[in-house]
Amino acid sequence: MLFEKTFGSNGVHPEDYKYLTCQKKIESAYVPNIAYVPIIQHIGSPAKIIVEIGQKVEEGQLIASAEGFVSVNVHSPIPGKIVGFEERYISIGRKSKVIVIELDGEFKKTGKTFTNVDYNNFSKEYILKAIRESGVVGLGGATFPTHVKLSIPDGKKADTLIINGTECEPFITCDHRLMLDRSEDLLDGVNIINKVIDAQNVYIGIESNKKDAIQKLKSLCKNKYKIKIIPLAVKYPQGDEKQLIKAITGRVVPVDKLPVDCGVVVLNVSSTIAIKEAVVYEKPLIDRVVTITGNGIVNPKNLKVKIGTLVKDLIEECGGLKPNVKKIIIGGPMMGFSQMNLETPITKGCSAVIALTDEDSKDFEQNAICISCGKCINACAFGLMPTILNKYIKNKLYEKALDSGLMFCKECGACSWVCPARIPLVQIFRMGKDISKKLILSKGK
Amino acid sequence: MEKDIKLVVSSSPHILNYESTKSIMWTVSIFLLPATIFGVYAFGIYAAFIVLASILTSITTEVIILTIRKKAICIDDGSAFLTGLLVAMNMPPSVPLYIPIISSIFAIAIVKHAFGGLGQNWANPAVAARVFALFAWTKEMTTWSTPFITDSVTTATPLGASKVALVENFGIGHITSATASSGGVSASGPLEILRLVSPDVLKTDVTYFKLFFGLKAGCIGEISIFLLLIAAIYLIYRKIITLEVPFFFLGTIALSAWIFDGLKYGQGFYAGDPLFHLLTGGAVLGAFFCATDMVTTPLTVAGRIIFGIGAGLITILVRMFGGLPEGVSLAILFMNMLTPAIDRFIKITPLGYIKPKKG
Ligand code: SF4
Ligand code: SF4
Repeated sequence: MLFEKTFGSNGVHPEDYKYLTCQKKIESAYVPNIAYVPIIQHIGSPAKIIVEIGQKVEEGQLIASAEGFVSVNVHSPIPGKIVGFEERYISIGRKSKVIVIELDGEFKKTGKTFTNVDYNNFSKEYILKAIRESGVVGLGGATFPTHVKLSIPDGKKADTLIINGTECEPFITCDHRLMLDRSEDLLDGVNIINKVIDAQNVYIGIESNKKDAIQKLKSLCKNKYKIKIIPLAVKYPQGDEKQLIKAITGRVVPVDKLPVDCGVVVLNVSSTIAIKEAVVYEKPLIDRVVTITGNGIVNPKNLKVKIGTLVKDLIEECGGLKPNVKKIIIGGPMMGFSQMNLETPITKGCSAVIALTDEDSKDFEQNAICISCGKCINACAFGLMPTILNKYIKNKLYEKALDSGLMFCKECGACSWVCPARIPLVQIFRMGKDISKKLILSKGK
Repeated sequence: MEKDIKLVVSSSPHILNYESTKSIMWTVSIFLLPATIFGVYAFGIYAAFIVLASILTSITTEVIILTIRKKAICIDDGSAFLTGLLVAMNMPPSVPLYIPIISSIFAIAIVKHAFGGLGQNWANPAVAARVFALFAWTKEMTTWSTPFITDSVTTATPLGASKVALVENFGIGHITSATASSGGVSASGPLEILRLVSPDVLKTDVTYFKLFFGLKAGCIGEISIFLLLIAAIYLIYRKIITLEVPFFFLGTIALSAWIFDGLKYGQGFYAGDPLFHLLTGGAVLGAFFCATDMVTTPLTVAGRIIFGIGAGLITILVRMFGGLPEGVSLAILFMNMLTPAIDRFIKITPLGYIKPKKG
């Protein structure tokens, strides 16, 4: 495929390491004896705990409810008893209140076969309500509440629905496997979403390193659905919403606008399947597929994991760690978070647990000197000039950095990845953003 | 389990490209070696001393200056080695040794470190050093020796005595002056002129083939266009050098030579010999290896295109009208100095910053 679509001439090509897990079918992970369920698993206000210590809960029972519109319900992943609440670090490196549940009782959902009901008669309102109640968020890592995304403001119309199957981060294969192992569910999910937004163009964008998924979905869609499968060139950060929109539709979403302002809604593959489960099976989001991988894992796997399972249990299930492990990442190696220990619970946004070895993970140079090679500029798909931003922040010229678009940086990491001087650009930009925000606030007063 | 392992916590991204400043410098250096060795082979062992003197002086100067500036000694990053190598490659093969030595000191101490060291220099040290030497010791820097002269003494080498005569007075400057001195002689191009200038040259043919493979006089590192191109292709493939500058640099030279250079030979417009201009002098060495220096070329693709075109134009102006033997280094130096201005002028707008058309 010579002329695959992509978002432009920028971007980078890290080694993808997908071969570690892309052939491995999704397996169900062991159910944890104790589940640690954080109330922050999404963007927006934390959910409010509605259970008490000692209370018995069923699998899938609501245990923390959404606080306001931009917030998300949290359900019990296992049947059992609430044994406590504690503060715990979650995958994104901050603390959250965690509901601790001890396994006890009978599974109502896990292991049951669900019957497909005809969703064609479901109303838009019913579908939206089901999604909202089931606590579905963007499972690619952004964890934006899906019901908010699908509630298109009055006066706006989305003519295009894009399902994000790019999975452009190295190592991760959970969406790849879902597209293969649960293709029908995915396509049902797409149709359900489109009952809500009623777009005339429906695309599934897949990077061409997943040829098998492209082929399978293409043949399933033939004559049956109006869904178009779009093979895309392999390039990071194509999985970013705005880049994907540019790649597929050619539309450029203005910096201060949302995709829906350009008539596009983008949802991730895992989320789409979660939506089908929520709407058709009435199953809340209590598990997700996680890729446990990396050169530091003995036996990498794609596992269907209960929310609240600890990372260490998953690693153990995959044969443990090799001796030369240097970092444990939750999420992708480009944008994910390195973990302090293995006690982190899996949340809705965790697409992968990656064990990086010394060889995989080179260090930044803290006193590195920029050699003005311009590679970072070519890498940045968001049209920023990282080397210039870096210079401004270093010299404390925050206003200039803001003028040059510091706030538009998505922290995608492409510039840091490519920088031959090994300058920790993303880290510097995060710091610069924090300081700039404070400056803006103090000025406002 | 978690007690046994120590996990590193740091900011994303957690994987980095294998290319580093160090790997870039050393890769470029290593790929310049074949052309240098060819130069030594062509001009004899004395050329090797020039190369060694330049490199050693560069490294020593770097160490001394870093010590004085109380900075970490990081000569293993290869940048001083590369500077020294480039200084030597831009030297005629028979210059007295003090010239490469002083030039290397100048490159490292003045050009590189007086402005803050790696990443801060305003001009490519090797190029600036060459221009400096050219003005300081014009005579020595424009005295050429013939390649393979040592071989020809024992006429048994396959290259043979015929080639000895090939390139007498083969520096570009000599052609210009030859044009002047050959007064009424009419020749349709530089190759013919060459054949007319020297009776020796008449005996053989100056061909593109010989120019391409380096059977000509010139600086130590610039004569083998063939080896330089091989290195360039690999480095472009590795994305260590970008194509914009060399492409537009050489393209401009070729185009303007084709349009204007014929005038010199009374052939009118569009009668120049672009290939001759590309294959002689330091055009290839300069365009691929000096003008692609990351520090002193513009950051953006558009900026690099401007740089390339500008350098090409200046080169051809100097070659056609200037009194200097060669314009490449001068052109690069001049564009180096314009680079900050180009970078200020060419800005990239963030994606979606300008209101797009309604889709
Ligand atoms: S981290 Fe920011 S500046 Fe760097 S490439 Fe990504 S968006 Fe651009
Ligand atoms: S990639 Fe790194 S060294 Fe190159 S210009 Fe950007 S910040 Fe500087």
